[in-house]
Amino acid sequence: MSYDVAVVGGGPAGLAAAVTAARTGCRVALLDASPRLGGQFWRHDEEASGAGHRAWSVFAGLRAGLLDTGVEYTAAAVTWFAAREPAGFSLRVAGRPPVAARRVVFATGTYDRALPFPGWELPGVVTPGAAQALLKGSGVVVGARVVVAGAGPFLLPVATGLLAAGVRVAGVFEAGQPLGYARRPGAIAAGKLWEATGYAATLARHRVPYRTGHAVVAARGRSAVSSVEVMRLDRQGAPVPGTRRTIECDALAVGYGFTPQLELPLALGCDTRLDVDGNLVLEVDVAGRTSVPGVYAAGEVTGVGGADLALTEGRLVGTVVALASGRSSLYPERELTRLLARRARQRRFARLMHEVHAPPAGWLSWLDDATLVCRCEEVPLARIREAVTELGATDPRTVRGLCRAGMGWCQGRVCGYPTAAITASLGGRALSAADLASFAHRPIAQPVPLGDLAGLAPGPEPGPGARR
Amino acid sequence: MSWIRLPGAPAFSIRFDGVPVTAVPGQTVAAALWAAGIRSWRTTRGGGAPRGLFCGIGACFDCLVTIDGEPDQRACLVPARPDQLVTSQAGTGR
Repeated sequence: MSYDVAVVGGGPAGLAAAVTAARTGCRVALLDASPRLGGQFWRHDEEASGAGHRAWSVFAGLRAGLLDTGVEYTAAAVTWFAAREPAGFSLRVAGRPPVAARRVVFATGTYDRALPFPGWELPGVVTPGAAQALLKGSGVVVGARVVVAGAGPFLLPVATGLLAAGVRVAGVFEAGQPLGYARRPGAIAAGKLWEATGYAATLARHRVPYRTGHAVVAARGRSAVSSVEVMRLDRQGAPVPGTRRTIECDALAVGYGFTPQLELPLALGCDTRLDVDGNLVLEVDVAGRTSVPGVYAAGEVTGVGGADLALTEGRLVGTVVALASGRSSLYPERELTRLLARRARQRRFARLMHEVHAPPAGWLSWLDDATLVCRCEEVPLARIREAVTELGATDPRTVRGLCRAGMGWCQGRVCGYPTAAITASLGGRALSAADLASFAHRPIAQPVPLGDLAGLAPGPEPGPGARR
Repeated sequence: MSWIRLPGAPAFSIRFDGVPVTAVPGQTVAAALWAAGIRSWRTTRGGGAPRGLFCGIGACFDCLVTIDGEPDQRACLVPARPDQLVTSQAGTGR
C-alpha cells in the first residue's frame, strides 16, 4: 500500500507537516527515529508534564492531531535509505518493511555543530544538545559545575535549564556579539527579545557570568575535563593576547550552531546551497519544494532557523503537499498568505541570528598541530595541513582520502564542517557548498545490519545524487 | 548529585563491567552511566584515549559501547533495560 505522503522526522516541522496534510484527508505516514515524538526541541522523558518546555501546548495539540487525523505514526523508525520508484518513493526503515509514498517530506532536523579546540575530545566535553538531551530526556545533569560556551541563542536555555536543575553554571561564553541585534531592531520579533530577556534575568539572578565576545579555546584534564581556558575575542573574532584565563569545571557544553541532516534528500539528488551560517542546506522554493519533483523539505534542513520557523514551514509544506495530492487546502487563501508572510519574517530573523552568532573568524588560530580535527580517526590538524600544503590537495574530498579525516564512524558528521573550513582556509579561499557536499553524501543514512542491506539487492537504483 | 528527579517508575539495575548501575525507565544507557559518575566507556583505536558522550543524539558515534555482547552500540540512543550487560570496549570493539 502506498501513502499520499511520507514525512520523515517527528520534530516541530515534521509533526506540523504530517498533521496539516492529514487534516485535508491525505493518507500520511510519519517516520520518527526517536522512541518519543517531539524532536530535539520537545525532547522529553517518560513522565513529562511539559514543565520547563517551551510551547508544550503546541506539541500537545499536534500529538493529539496525529490521533484525530489517523496519521500512521511509527516510533523508533530509523530511515536509512531513500530511493525513487516508478510511482513515488520507497523509504527503507531499519528492521521494518519499506514504506512507499507518492510524495515525501524531509524534516530531519539538525545536530550541534562543533568546532575543534585543544582538549575537545576529553570526556566531559559535550555539545549543548547533549547536555540538553541528558537533562530533558533522561533527567540527568551533565555536571556539578558546568561551563556553557559557543555561539547562538540555544546556549541560554541550556544554561538556564541546568540552573533550574540545581547545577552551578560557572559561566556562559558567547562568541558572538548579541548587541548586533539591537543595531537592527526592525528585524527582531518582540517575542524573541522577551524570551532572551527572560533567560538573561535568570542568569543574573543566579549570578552566572554571561560574557559575549568570549570563547573557550582549550579544555584541560587527565581522564576527563577539569578546567577550560577562555579568551576574549576582538571584533574580527580573533582571540586577544593576554586575556586567557582558566575556569574550573567538571563539564563543558560547547557548540556553534547546528548542522542539518541531509543524507536522505541528498541520496535522492536534491540540490543544495550554502547558507549564511556556513551550512549546506536544501535548496527549496517558498512552498518547500526541493529540486526533485515530489520531494519536499521543512524546518532546519532548509536553513537553520529554530522551532517557530520549523512549525510555519511544516504547516506550509503540509498544505502544499495536500494540494499536490488533489486535496483542498486546509487553510483559506488568506491564511496561506499569512503563513508565507510569517515564514519570510522568521527567515529574516534567522539570517540576523546567523550574522550575530557566526562561528568566530579566529577559531582556527586556537588549534595547535596536535589538535584532533577528526575525532573518530584521530586526525590532528598537522595531517590536514600536510595533505594541503605538502601533498597538494585543494579540496576536502582529496584531503579526506589522504589523511582519513571524515572516514570514521561518524562519516564526517562532526568533522565535515571543520575539515572543509580548514581546507578552504589553507587554500586561501572562502568555504563553498561543494566543500561541504563532499562530506555530506552518505547514501546509507544510518548504520544498519548487513541483513537489512542485503534486502536491497537486487533492489532499486540509487538516486542520481548517490555519487559515492 | 547527578539526578534531578527520580520519575515515579521504579528504578532497576544494569551492569557496567560487572558493577551494578542504577537506571530508571526511559533513560538511555549513556544517561544511566553518566548519573553513576562514569564519563567514558570506550578507548580509541589509535591513541587508546577514553571517550564517552559527546553529541548525545546519535550523530557522533563517540559513545560506542558493547551491550549484551553486541559491540559498537550508541549508548546515547539505546534505552536502559533491566539486567542489561554493558561492557566498555577498546579499539574497533570487535
